[in-house]
Amino acid sequence: MYRINVLKTLTFLFFAITVSVNAANNPDEAIPAEQESPVQNLKTEIKEYINHHLLDSYDFTLYSYTNDAGEHKYISAPLPVILIDSGLKVFSSSKFHHGETVAEVDGQFYALYHNKIYKTDALGTINHNEENHATNEKPLDFSITKNVVFIILVGLFMLLIFSRMANSYKNNPMPKGIGRIFEPLILFIRNDIAIPNIGEKHYRKYMSYLLTVFFFIWIINLLGLTPLGVNVTNNIAVTLALALVTYFITTFSGNKNYWKHIFWMPGVPWPMKIILAPIELLGTVIKPFSLMIRLYANITAGHIVLMSIIGLMFIFKNWIGSPLSFGLAFALSLLELLVAALQAYIFTMLSALYFGSAVEEHDHH
Amino acid sequence: MDKLIEQFSLGLFFWQLILFVALVLLLKKFAWKPILNAVNDREEGILKALESAENARKEMQNLTADNERILKEARIERDAMLKEAREMKDSIISEAKGEAHAQATKVIEQAKATIESEKHAAIAEIKNQVAELSLEIAEKVMRNELSDKNKQIKLVEDMLKEVKL
Repeated sequence: MYRINVLKTLTFLFFAITVSVNAANNPDEAIPAEQESPVQNLKTEIKEYINHHLLDSYDFTLYSYTNDAGEHKYISAPLPVILIDSGLKVFSSSKFHHGETVAEVDGQFYALYHNKIYKTDALGTINHNEENHATNEKPLDFSITKNVVFIILVGLFMLLIFSRMANSYKNNPMPKGIGRIFEPLILFIRNDIAIPNIGEKHYRKYMSYLLTVFFFIWIINLLGLTPLGVNVTNNIAVTLALALVTYFITTFSGNKNYWKHIFWMPGVPWPMKIILAPIELLGTVIKPFSLMIRLYANITAGHIVLMSIIGLMFIFKNWIGSPLSFGLAFALSLLELLVAALQAYIFTMLSALYFGSAVEEHDHH
Repeated sequence: MDKLIEQFSLGLFFWQLILFVALVLLLKKFAWKPILNAVNDREEGILKALESAENARKEMQNLTADNERILKEARIERDAMLKEAREMKDSIISEAKGEAHAQATKVIEQAKATIESEKHAAIAEIKNQVAELSLEIAEKVMRNELSDKNKQIKLVEDMLKEVKL
């Protein structure tokens, strides 16, 4: 567990080399002797670790390790848990002890199971159905989880950076400092995404959303590539929220033409119009749905593949395989850097396209 | 899909939606509007500056063209004036010549006429004097001649001889 956790830092180029050399030098240290198939066990452990990484968590854990006495030690900070379960319940996630104990709050017992909070009894019993899913009742959970913390941090970071950039324009017509990097990007979104897709007439009112969504997704994707273990955009809830905003903006800015093209497609015979109406109506939902899935799947896949390749190092455990998978992980990290920006671009681009279709004026019909 | 639904976290969705919408609104007020306005203003300023530079260039061209035109006109005018002056000079000279000639002719004519008349007068006077003189001479001769009888006869004879019948 310790080495895999630490090896998250592999995505950091310089740390990576030294750590992997250390790991390769002490191959057998942490493998318990009584296990029959250490490799099989390691594979399971890696898989579990990856699955765990993809989930949200109630505390902010940098890494954990098992000390000489066999205890799990976590280098982490607890975060507030907010539950609505016969009244508002707020407590620190340290009560769960990283899922090892049951938290008792106002006479109610809560347990962490697969990174979800379930109501339970004092012993922490979790009932399972035949599909091995927990059947315990789930309280309404509005906890400030690790992902929420990073959403807030990225929001604050963006506010700080961009309001400073806005201020720098007050005295000087040219951008200063960080604005020199961001201004070309802002102009790119305006000139190459917003104006061509939405049109010169309407693009202004969508700029705030497009710019925010682009920088938000990009920055948070980049954070996901750091060894902090952040993975905000591979939560379907996050991408759903983003896609939903796009959907609502599209729907509420749809003009007469937009709705006419959905319910009574001009220029086709009337039986076709009746067939097309439900398809078009469904299309309005499918478009943002594809946004949601695309972002979620791309980032999740990137994380899984990258972590699997890093995990391969511990399965190979030799001087050929481990450097090879290190090289592969390095190359993939570079690719993920591209994907981080590309997904932000695609989300912004397609949102702009949908807004454009909503406000388009069909003069040519 | 099952796993996706199971993993779906309402809390995260709620926070993401609230925080993201708040972020859009805050950034709109504090960042995007001022930034986009500044960029737009700058772009318009650049366009305007380019336009005014172009206008100034055109004006300069016009000015140069004007100058050249004025210069050309001045040159043409000067040439015309020179030509006129030359013509005037020529005409004055020729006029003066003609007048002088006419005057001279007139003077000569007058002189001629005066000379003629003087000559006539002189001739007339000479004639008169000659006639008087002749008469006097004739008188004297006659007297002289007629004082002698012979001579008178001789004269008559001479005269008669002269007269040829």
